[in-house]
Amino acid sequence: MFESLGEAVERAEADRISLGELALRTEAEDGLRSRAEIEGALRRALEVMRGAVERGLPGDLRSVSGLVGGDAARLAHARGPLAGTVFTDVLASALAVQEVNAAMGVIVAAPTAGGAGVLPGVLLGLARHRPVTDDMLVRALATAGLVGAVVAVRASLSGAEGGCQAETGAAAGMAAAAGVELLGGSPTEAAHAVALTMQGTLGLICDPLGGLVEVPCVYRNATGGAMALAGIEMALAGVQFPIPVDEVIDTMGEIGRTMDVRYRETAGGGLAATPTGRRLAKERLVQLKPRRP
Amino acid sequence: MVGPSSSHTAGACRIGLFARGLVGGQPESAKVELHGSFARTGTGHGTDRAIAGGLLGFYPDDVRLRESLELAEQAGMAITFSNTRLRGEHHPNTTRISLKRGPEQAVVIGSSLGAGRILITNVDGFPVEVTGAFPSLVFVAQDVPGIVAAVTSALARTGENIASMRVSRRQKGGEAIHIYELDSPPSAEALDIVRAIPAVRTLRAIPRIA
Repeated sequence: MFESLGEAVERAEADRISLGELALRTEAEDGLRSRAEIEGALRRALEVMRGAVERGLPGDLRSVSGLVGGDAARLAHARGPLAGTVFTDVLASALAVQEVNAAMGVIVAAPTAGGAGVLPGVLLGLARHRPVTDDMLVRALATAGLVGAVVAVRASLSGAEGGCQAETGAAAGMAAAAGVELLGGSPTEAAHAVALTMQGTLGLICDPLGGLVEVPCVYRNATGGAMALAGIEMALAGVQFPIPVDEVIDTMGEIGRTMDVRYRETAGGGLAATPTGRRLAKERLVQLKPRRP
Repeated sequence: MVGPSSSHTAGACRIGLFARGLVGGQPESAKVELHGSFARTGTGHGTDRAIAGGLLGFYPDDVRLRESLELAEQAGMAITFSNTRLRGEHHPNTTRISLKRGPEQAVVIGSSLGAGRILITNVDGFPVEVTGAFPSLVFVAQDVPGIVAAVTSALARTGENIASMRVSRRQKGGEAIHIYELDSPPSAEALDIVRAIPAVRTLRAIPRIA
């Protein structure tokens, strides 16, 4: 696997293949799984993602604590300036998956459960508006996987280590590259989309109320999807981010390493430590008090 | 996987699965100590349910994880949870699980590194590094020369390829723990040969859990 997205882009451009194709070839060359097995696994992941979006959209689920649920369904009645566009579909799909996740439903960690709404939100939101095949979506998932693997090596994919920038931020970067690939952009454009997206999520803290993957996680997946759409739109228009993507990823890692522990999934700071955050957490956690058999 | 957290749910489940493998099946009792972020935010993430599910043999995508505490009770598995502060350096998401199954006992420390990846860092007081990404052979043996050669030749004879191996001991001439990560599950024949090595005791074949 690659430790540098820049190197991967160079190789893909030289071989005149997409990042997704490169990821599939590289993984198959590793020899642990055949290409057919890898594609099969991605196809199953795609089906689970579809299932999660479908399960979450009707809005009848409540989270384990009861704090979140039903917001994905509200987007069906969007009345804002972007109502009915790919934008609101991305928001709705991302919320749907996260609401399923918060209800202990089945999702695909992409890269984590806390950020699991962004990638299916962006890809399946785009798929509603563009003629895309499952094969294209599978290659886009491989692209996302390649980006996630690089972020894992160079920075982190753990909110406890790097804050939300390492979860929904990494997910948004993955979704941006995948979206560019899905829409026919080049590997270079995909890399710029990652950089343009992740520069916007740098410093994002992980501050879940009561430590639950509910507030703000559910909403942050929607805004993560919006960030990815911004990166995709700019990159496909030819915008090039001046700092190379690997250095943006390294920056995320460096910020994570120096981030105060209150902002790394401990519920000790940020929104979790607001008066309302503390009150809601207290009410809900008392209710959640687990039985200790 | 079943939500809501890849580190606190899926990773925790995998640590439970590994621990179960160490005693060769469903434990009668399990003492689960939660450290760091596992202790602070584990309940809301279903970490307790996930570990209990892993101990019951459920994988991270099994929807029964939601009811695992109730299922553990029905299955007669006594499980207790407590918060702790483990000594030494540990990842924020770490648990120590002490298990009993008949004459079998094990104490395992495992960390959930994010995105569902885990690292088992200690088994029965021996420092180890196991990811669960491969089927593995785990056993304790007397610290005498020739064990590794005997085991690797047994595996070679039956065609198992070793992905990684690690031997560590607490003191010279005492006991050492051996962990072999394999590309494929070990055959019954290979297990019999290894088990027959006089210095080897408590041999466990642990399936791939990641």
